Amino acid sequence: MNDNLPLKSAGKHEPIARIVKRKELSKKQAVLLRVFAFLLAIIAGGVFIWLMGKNPLEAYKLIIKGAFVGSERNPLSSIQATVIVGVPLLIVSLGLSFAFKMKFWNIGAEGQIIMGGIFASYFALFHSNLPHLILLLIMFFAGAVGGGLWGLIPSVFKVRFGTNETLFTLMLNYIALYTVMYLEGGPWQGTPGFASIAQFNSNAWLPQVGGVHIGWIFALLLVVIVYIYLNHTKSGYEISVVGESQATAHYAGMNVKKIILRTMFISGAICGIAGMIQVSGNDYTLSTGITGGVGFTGITVAWLSQLNPFVIAVVTAIFSILKNGSGVMQSDLFLDASATNVLQGIILFFFLGCEFFIRYTFVFGIRRKSK
Amino acid sequence: MAETDFAIELKGITKTFGTVVANDGINLSVKNGEILALLGENGSGKTTLMNMLSGIYHPDSGSIFVRGKEISIYSPKDAFVLGIGMIHQHFKLVDILSARDNIVMGTKPEKRKNGISLSAEIANISKKFELEVDPNKKVYSMSVSEKQTVEILKVLYRGANILILDEPTAVLTPQETERLFNILRRMRNEGCAIIIITHKLNEVLAISDRVTILRKGKSVETVITAETSAGKLTELMVGRPVELSIDRPETKKEANLLEVYHLTVTNADGYKALNDVAFSLSGGEILGVAGVAGSGQKELCEAIAGLIKVNEGAILYKKENIVGKTPAEIIKAGISMSFIPEDRLGMGLVASMDITHNMLLKSYKIGKSFLLNRKPARDLATKLVERLEINTPSINTPVRQLSGGNVQKVLLGREIESHPTLLITAYPVRGLDIKSSYTIYDLLNEQKQNGVAVLFIGEDLDVLLELCDRIMVLCHGEVTGIADASKVSKEQLGLMMTGEKMNGEAKTNE
Repeated sequence: MNDNLPLKSAGKHEPIARIVKRKELSKKQAVLLRVFAFLLAIIAGGVFIWLMGKNPLEAYKLIIKGAFVGSERNPLSSIQATVIVGVPLLIVSLGLSFAFKMKFWNIGAEGQIIMGGIFASYFALFHSNLPHLILLLIMFFAGAVGGGLWGLIPSVFKVRFGTNETLFTLMLNYIALYTVMYLEGGPWQGTPGFASIAQFNSNAWLPQVGGVHIGWIFALLLVVIVYIYLNHTKSGYEISVVGESQATAHYAGMNVKKIILRTMFISGAICGIAGMIQVSGNDYTLSTGITGGVGFTGITVAWLSQLNPFVIAVVTAIFSILKNGSGVMQSDLFLDASATNVLQGIILFFFLGCEFFIRYTFVFGIRRKSK
Repeated sequence: MAETDFAIELKGITKTFGTVVANDGINLSVKNGEILALLGENGSGKTTLMNMLSGIYHPDSGSIFVRGKEISIYSPKDAFVLGIGMIHQHFKLVDILSARDNIVMGTKPEKRKNGISLSAEIANISKKFELEVDPNKKVYSMSVSEKQTVEILKVLYRGANILILDEPTAVLTPQETERLFNILRRMRNEGCAIIIITHKLNEVLAISDRVTILRKGKSVETVITAETSAGKLTELMVGRPVELSIDRPETKKEANLLEVYHLTVTNADGYKALNDVAFSLSGGEILGVAGVAGSGQKELCEAIAGLIKVNEGAILYKKENIVGKTPAEIIKAGISMSFIPEDRLGMGLVASMDITHNMLLKSYKIGKSFLLNRKPARDLATKLVERLEINTPSINTPVRQLSGGNVQKVLLGREIESHPTLLITAYPVRGLDIKSSYTIYDLLNEQKQNGVAVLFIGEDLDVLLELCDRIMVLCHGEVTGIADASKVSKEQLGLMMTGEKMNGEAKTNE
């Protein structure tokens, strides 16, 4: 037989490094690794800024300043601006974690936010003479119902006909968006000649606490509520089981269809509430810019946080600081807008890459030690 | 090189995963023209060891010699160049492709252009080893045994002459197993070196020339098959002598608990998976169900458990018809039935959850509060781990990280703890090692003695004959006979499995 031939070639392509599953890291080690990743991201980002011909230290200082240090007249103005950026992102990420925990790929948060906004806006525009608190409560529930319905539609089709929820929820985003466009130029048009909706009567504005609309308190409360719901209630347990294996859920006597519908309604409703808070707390009107893209950013935040509500809060804070601060840096350093996007991308890259190293490691120079 | 030279020699192979030492200084060798059985309990490191030979893992330390030369195997491609082919327990085939496409997949085009047509080449190999398969048949329409044949052809086509088979018989019927063994013997006679991983003792004795026994990641001993016995092998494997007989305790005959009449289930393609099935089962009795895989066993279990739609017939539980009830409604009606499905991790348990949360699966609804009460489940988990000697780092370990036997103990333990009056078990010992299997038989007997009615879907006829009181045989969804286990022979059961109706004498009731 050709015994010698294969022996020569086998084992020749010794790889430079192998990926090896590593020992389970302790919590402390995992945190250290993430801190390390963050530092690396800062360094890599710094190199990028330096290549752009700017001083990295100056740039980072400006980001921090932009996110935290306010003007002399209002020292809190920057922090307030950062919180305003963070509130919808936090709420939407929490809402999405419901669907994702159930392995229901809800890509439709954008649409759910918009529908929540539309439903809430109806009452703001046409029933603004209601008592302040009652009006706000009605808007709140209208937002939840609007978003919830937008989450319910794809899940009804999923449950009844087995349709693909990813495409379905994605497409519903556009329907919601074009509905706003129609309303802007049509029945809800504010000023003739301008395709926009009039500003709400101040009766429909969310009150402010600490210079920011009250939505931030709701968002923080929601972190705790979602944590309890997902981890300590029977319904939360059902979501985990359905997400893991529908056959098991069915076997255990769970009503899988009901659970999917209920969970997607909640997921959509939370996103819808984010829409209501945006129109009533920040925009004071309904426009196509209501979401600011948080329906998609929220997907990243939710997964990056491994669907843990408290981690979602932290990650949202980092995202908001980066977003708000880099805007200031960009204008002060005369950087192109895309440069800040690249910077955000670099930081995100290191964060996501770090998750890989928490579970795996590279082994270099693998010649066997003992013979 | 002489014929008797070692095809493969492993010296001091060690492999760790995180903190788990899967292989600890293992020595093993196999000659050309020899079949070596690798025997060991679940989790003893058999598959890990073989994965290192096939290039999926790389050892932390130790040496691998192939045909006398020390080599390193870094990828499945290296293994393949060395002529090592592995047949995995879970087939690695592309369902929508034909047998031929699967066989040539991954080979270089030069190899395919050597004059003879592909089909002819495949036909050649098929003929040489009597591996019958239609090269144009799509994998999705193949039986398990055919898929395995394609896997074997695949590695042979690539020129492998060292074959590793990871529990190849786990999915085969007795007849298919015998066919496979004939193929393996033919390969051995052609000079191939074969390593077969298994924990079925009778198979080890039937097929192998030598046996290497692994225990807890170490190679304890290598013996010549002809000079050993089942008892000796078990002792080496488990580390202590094990009683190899199954009890059949006598119990008082109770009234019928479950009666099934004219049960017909049509599956998605309009084929009758169960056709006019009728039987009865009383408390304190184990009714075995025998039959070739796919004769309707799965549907029978799932129909009784309320998981699938019943087209015709009645299932009476204490004279009450439960056809049309969902699992939730069955629980609500106060019927204490437990079903141990065949697919433990995919249906009976949640693989990524720990033991505690898997206990909750059946009990989480108890209580009016909307909050989850983990305390009873945690207590139950602790109790089961202790009582059934479940080998787990803690009750917080995801069940998917446990070995097959321990997974089954978690599932069976949970169901038994719900104190069922009817216990349905589908292949409860499939994939389990000897020790775990006997634990399961003991648990079932214990339930029987407590007056529980047990429906036992089995595959090993010897076990069915020893354990069960009566045996019902299914063939193409029809009952071909229900026999008293102490009065029927294996041959008679075999005939009924192929569709022959039972004659009068062995018949018991009905």
